[in-house]
Amino acid sequence: MSNPFHFYTRLNLTELLGIKAKNLTELLEGIKTVSGSSIYYHTHRFLQQHHFLSPEPPNDFAYWVSNVLQEEKIGEQLASVDIIQFKKIHDLREKFISIIEQYLKKKPLQKEASDGAEFHFMKSVTFIMPTKYVANNLAEFSEAIKKISIYSIYFHMFEARLRLEKGENDFSNWLENELAETELSKKIAKLDPYTQTLDSLRQKIIFFTERRINAKNK
Amino acid sequence: MPKINEYSPIIGEDTIEELKILGEKLSGKIIQHINSTSVGGGVAEILNRMIPLMNELGVDARWDLIKGGEKFFNITKKFHNALHGVPVEVSEEEFDFFLQVANENAQAINFYGDMIVIHDPQPVALIKKKSDFGGNKKWIWRCHIDVSCPDPKVWNFIRQFVCQYDASVFSAPVFSQNLPIKQYLISPSIDPLSDKNKELPQDIINAVLDKHGIEKGKPVITQISRYDFLKDPVGVIAAFKLVRKHIDCQLVLAGNTAADDPEHDKVLNMVKEKADSDPDIHILVIEPSNNDIEINALQRASDIIIQKSIREGFGLTVSEALWKKKPVIAGAVGGIPLQITHKYSGILTHTVEGTAYWIKQLLNSPEYAKKLGLNGHEHIKNNFLLTRHLREYFLMFLSLYHSGDIVYL
Repeated sequence: MSNPFHFYTRLNLTELLGIKAKNLTELLEGIKTVSGSSIYYHTHRFLQQHHFLSPEPPNDFAYWVSNVLQEEKIGEQLASVDIIQFKKIHDLREKFISIIEQYLKKKPLQKEASDGAEFHFMKSVTFIMPTKYVANNLAEFSEAIKKISIYSIYFHMFEARLRLEKGENDFSNWLENELAETELSKKIAKLDPYTQTLDSLRQKIIFFTERRINAKNK
Repeated sequence: MPKINEYSPIIGEDTIEELKILGEKLSGKIIQHINSTSVGGGVAEILNRMIPLMNELGVDARWDLIKGGEKFFNITKKFHNALHGVPVEVSEEEFDFFLQVANENAQAINFYGDMIVIHDPQPVALIKKKSDFGGNKKWIWRCHIDVSCPDPKVWNFIRQFVCQYDASVFSAPVFSQNLPIKQYLISPSIDPLSDKNKELPQDIINAVLDKHGIEKGKPVITQISRYDFLKDPVGVIAAFKLVRKHIDCQLVLAGNTAADDPEHDKVLNMVKEKADSDPDIHILVIEPSNNDIEINALQRASDIIIQKSIREGFGLTVSEALWKKKPVIAGAVGGIPLQITHKYSGILTHTVEGTAYWIKQLLNSPEYAKKLGLNGHEHIKNNFLLTRHLREYFLMFLSLYHSGDIVYL
């Protein structure tokens, strides 16, 4: 008998850290010193607030460097960091540090943000709550995915993988370990959630799951 | 006042359920709000709407007021201006009088709450009572004003009290300060069911256009704001005139009568002078009694909404316009960049010429303008409605009883 999948959701509260950056050097200093929760916040804020948009705006660092400092080259480099490849916040932080450090070596003269346009470091306090949805098998899983909020999808696909550093998303883990649905698990793990809306992600998970259910019923 | 379930068709049952769960988690706790006035002003408006909803969600929220005479409120008005960065001279005698009134209020008020939320600077010194309760109560200072560039003397005076709180709350990142206590970001919100934001039948919109002589079928560009230098209505007219060289359109400037603002008439006269009796520039002064429905109708009748502010507290007129799916062009100041992500959910500009350029672009690219409005609407739905505001207050209250960045409820 496999263990059921309990769907959770998460709600965020934003904490202001009182740390701001006026130029790339100060941004680098901030990225080096703030908590992992802050790095997570600034790489996922647009995703959470603009989950209906595709393509969505890039991470906060890239947006600020491109739009406020008008440093388009490094802005593009920061925007192109492929977050799905990172399984630990520490590694993601190191990637941003290395891009900025290399850029500053080549271009030490820096642009400054005007007063009021500085980068403000923040972080998320995340509250995780159980929902009423539980799945014991593929059919119940598919039905629940249709009903849960996008915040629940977000929690299991993004927060679990990178913020809680489980390495893989919760859906894939359960499908593999509890239902031995290796292929379906891999298909969901392969989806890049950073390049589509949460609703489109939901539709793809439903599609893959129902196709698998139909194949088993044949 | 609408009931919580009336928001369900807008934000979904899931979100209402989440609020109910959070409400249950706070049951048994009393939230005591304290501010300086029950009517007029943004704080009173927010509390009047939020407290009944908090109560309906099972949270025992109550509201008390401090007392202070004319002299006290003249001093706190000076504080308010100084915290906004306006050069103001506050004497030692005035600081002393502020403290004297704070002491009187501290003696008179019954501090029955488990969590005490002090709004703005007027009651900030009530924190002196904290030590009487031996750490049994949580004290929160909720700052509703722009303190991005405060006068140092007044800010340092206020700061000595703020530092004694358990947490503080600011409306925008740019207002955050270097403080030894936690600072939370909770932005203000709009109520989608209020007269200012609810859906309106077309005949009401048409009646408002007819009343003000606004032509139907000719593009309408609108700025809603009081006649204030910081809202740059003269700059809006300058941008409009640049646009009108190429595109036939109308401009609507609409603001309240503001008897308490000594600069209102001066700015209004400058605006009229700049408009130079142009029949396509409609300068409206709307009576407060008709205000909300008329503003709603004007926003809904517009093709583009402008908010060309030079300085802004939060700029909720931007949220109001985006909620109505209108493309918005606004100054990148105060809380406006939180509401608009440039080229995704609106346009951020810095100059008259930039504003004119984008008005032309959007009038000539209606599909793109429509997309901006739709994206903006989704953004406001997810992030700037009253229900999000309630949720964040509840989370902030809960955070005071939990440590760490990840909390399992």
